[in-house]
Amino acid sequence: MDVDWSADLQAVALTLKLAFVVTLLLLAIGTPLAWWLAHTRSRWKAPLAALVALPLVLPPTVLGFYLLMLMGPHGLVGRATQALGIGLLPFSFSGLVIASMLYSMPFVVQPIQTAFEAIGARPLEAAATLRAGPWERFVHVALPLARRGVITAAVLGFAHTVGEFGVVLMIGGNIPGATRVISTQLYSHVEALEYPAAHRLAAVLLLFSFAVLLWVYRLSPKGALLASTAPDGVPRP
Amino acid sequence: MTLSLPRGLFALTLAALAFSARADEIQVAVAANFSAAAQKIAAQFEHDTGNTVKLSFGATGKFYAQITAGAPFDVLLAADQATPARLVAEGKAIPATLHTYAIGKLVLWSADPALVDAKGEILKSDKWKHLSVADAKLAPYGQAAKETLAQLKLTDAVQSRVVTAENIGQAWQFVQTGNAELGFVALGQVQPPDGSRVPGSMWLVPDNLYTPIRQDAVVIAASKSGAAATAFVDYLASDKARVVIKAYGYSW
Repeated sequence: MDVDWSADLQAVALTLKLAFVVTLLLLAIGTPLAWWLAHTRSRWKAPLAALVALPLVLPPTVLGFYLLMLMGPHGLVGRATQALGIGLLPFSFSGLVIASMLYSMPFVVQPIQTAFEAIGARPLEAAATLRAGPWERFVHVALPLARRGVITAAVLGFAHTVGEFGVVLMIGGNIPGATRVISTQLYSHVEALEYPAAHRLAAVLLLFSFAVLLWVYRLSPKGALLASTAPDGVPRP
Repeated sequence: MTLSLPRGLFALTLAALAFSARADEIQVAVAANFSAAAQKIAAQFEHDTGNTVKLSFGATGKFYAQITAGAPFDVLLAADQATPARLVAEGKAIPATLHTYAIGKLVLWSADPALVDAKGEILKSDKWKHLSVADAKLAPYGQAAKETLAQLKLTDAVQSRVVTAENIGQAWQFVQTGNAELGFVALGQVQPPDGSRVPGSMWLVPDNLYTPIRQDAVVIAASKSGAAATAFVDYLASDKARVVIKAYGYSW
């Protein structure tokens, strides 16, 4: 069997690029969203929180199929992107980024939200009495106290995007260098009965994931990943 | 009346055999492209023989992996010839039952009723952005599409515009939702016999542009319902079944 390392390496590189872009964008969008969810008393809180959590429940291929319809030429999003001159999103890297952001959203928003909620009102009130404005309170008080939640969110968002499969399969089109990621490449190997190639790629994915998680646990040795969202330095009542 | 133990056992065995011969249940693994036709044929077979047929639909490669791992399938209706042949060579399928039950037909299709012309010239134009094709490594229809493009000397010209689907079902989905303007799909998908013809335009790819998509059936060696399984595989070659197979766009 001819060994095609270059295709596998290309898939690995693309997956890392996708996971980095998605994680950065999700942190940028997810942090304010988590802040809002943690503090709002709006009646929109519950519907929005439910919407964010939806990808946890929906089968990824179903999510992918709806995205395919929505972003297609007859879909709402598809007509908008065409009108804006962007063209259609399926089968493109941008399309994958948007789909992955939706799919990994709960893994980023929820840990940050939990961390913000755990801070409570007191540190922020104390900062306010010291005449810190809302922006200063957010940047200099809330964010540092919630940093473990943010790290957890980043790692989970990254890891979840690396392992994503169903959505990519549905809207990717498996184009080398644009939408062919590790999981779909691995799947193709398995389906084509190329077991040695599949084992090799699976081993790479496994080692990578283990290394990332190991690094995170080393970073925060105190507890389990998902439980590590309690803020540092805040005395428990 | 007293019945001796050996005699009683013999009678029981006979009764069990008679019962099992009359109403067997078989598990059939069916290649995704043949799903609709298989359901019709299985219903007829159940009606005609009294046996029960349980159908599973999926990718032929996946079925191969499952069968070699001991999955309880009695029959495989593959999308290709290579997989059943491989099972036979490995002693996991019964050689005498191996035969071609359907030959698939490839079409170039578009959801746009005005896009595809009668000769497939559209492939040479730049009026489209994406051509949906099933993975040639995984799907026989993908292989046929690849051969067709090679015969037309268009492989390089369309390369950057090809989107690869995992199977022929997904290739159909890409083009049916309009995300790909063009797609190579199976005739049976475009023209289901229930008359619900999907609006669009198509080019029936001439047979000489690709190797015939021969789909083979075989009985799995580990089957515990060998007789019923063999009966089902034979039934696929009956006139009654062939009417259905033809209606779904296959020849044999």
